[in-house]
Amino acid sequence: MTTDTKQTIIRIAEIIINELKLEDVTPETFDADLDLVDEVGIDSMDLATIALVLRDEYGIRIDEDDYPKLTTVRIIAEYIGDKLADNQ
Amino acid sequence: MKTVSSLLDAQWYERYKKISRLNIRSSIYDVTDRCNLRCKGCFFFSSGEHERASEEKDVTKWHAFVEKEMDRGVNLAILIGGEPTLCMDRIEAFYKRLPTFCATNGLIKVPRDRFPDMMVGLSLWGDAEDEKTLRGQDTFKITSANYEGDPHAYYLYTITPKQLGKTEKIIKKIENVGLKVHMQLLSNDEDVNGFSWKPEELIAIREEMDGMLDAYPGTVVSSKYYHKIITTGKMLDRTFGWNECPSVTILRDNRDPQPKRLTNFIRWASDLKTVHRCCTSETRDCSTCKDGAAHMSWVMVNKRAHIKTPQDLQNWIEVYEMFAKLYQFIPW
Ligand code: SF4
Ligand code: SF4
Repeated sequence: MTTDTKQTIIRIAEIIINELKLEDVTPETFDADLDLVDEVGIDSMDLATIALVLRDEYGIRIDEDDYPKLTTVRIIAEYIGDKLADNQ
Repeated sequence: MKTVSSLLDAQWYERYKKISRLNIRSSIYDVTDRCNLRCKGCFFFSSGEHERASEEKDVTKWHAFVEKEMDRGVNLAILIGGEPTLCMDRIEAFYKRLPTFCATNGLIKVPRDRFPDMMVGLSLWGDAEDEKTLRGQDTFKITSANYEGDPHAYYLYTITPKQLGKTEKIIKKIENVGLKVHMQLLSNDEDVNGFSWKPEELIAIREEMDGMLDAYPGTVVSSKYYHKIITTGKMLDRTFGWNECPSVTILRDNRDPQPKRLTNFIRWASDLKTVHRCCTSETRDCSTCKDGAAHMSWVMVNKRAHIKTPQDLQNWIEVYEMFAKLYQFIPW
């Protein structure tokens, strides 16, 4: 894992924790492979909120059709990485 | 951090997995402005919703409309009215394309050769006496003959305060004709004398509903948490009402902040252009609203709030399962 990806993972975890007001977890201890839908209970409305913050932060658009794929913090980080690479 | 698997044992987790990704996106459709009954307290007629729009009569427009709804992501069509069975061609426009639920008074039978597995909810407002007072006739005789033993039909039993102490008779009657029943409470939009809920009656009916679920688990499709919420209007430490309601038409939702709500939910009038404020009467006072579907959805959209204790999460699962059964996303 590159330092960039690691940083993105931590930043996404931080956004999720802040937006959803999750308790007893820090960006560093958030399991990047935890299933966000099945385990954290995130729904499409939560994902839409998170997508808006990510859009502003990374300047990328996350299509609603892609929400079902974005099941873990690691997958979201890879998705963002791919989008940024496409934009270059 | 609390996670789902940390709160559930293997059996509950299995149940959870069966519903966790259903992603149900419903909308509600007035199929017609007409009905072959005129019940006292019917929210549709009492609030003048039948006059808000003039129904679209061209069935090709209904087909095109349903296609557009699917593009909007709708995967469950809930048909109400007036009485949808007065317009079978319009029902078919939905049924051919997506999971469809039809709420009906049951006087006209949905032809099973044309709609073999469409879920039908048969409205019932109490025993023969209450039915005659509120609806002008005892519909059970006709509806039970039309649907006896039908695996894709159930009674939507609207309980009134006058039914206290009498629900078992009704549940037994339904069991005897081989059908299931789901219970909800009358909101009494027309202020019919003696049909508004008093606080002590709500406490008593909750107990009675719990008792019916325990005694007839194979017939009653319900959950004790749902009984609690519908009779108290409380979920966790929150109170039901306009600020919390999930079943507001998205195009009319000007709440800020927006609460957890049904994704892209719309209740369409039968002209296919007009939208109503919510899943029930526009003139209803949200603080006394007892709408069953809105209360159920309130629980369902608030999953994360229930990932706190094993009991909270099990309550959420039971309500979600109840909804999924009533709309045929999982078997009975
Ligand atoms: S049968 Fe239903 S739509 Fe018709 S009047 Fe009664 S409550 Fe209203
Ligand atoms: S009347 Fe009931 S369903 Fe309609 S917005 Fe108010 S609380 Fe929600």
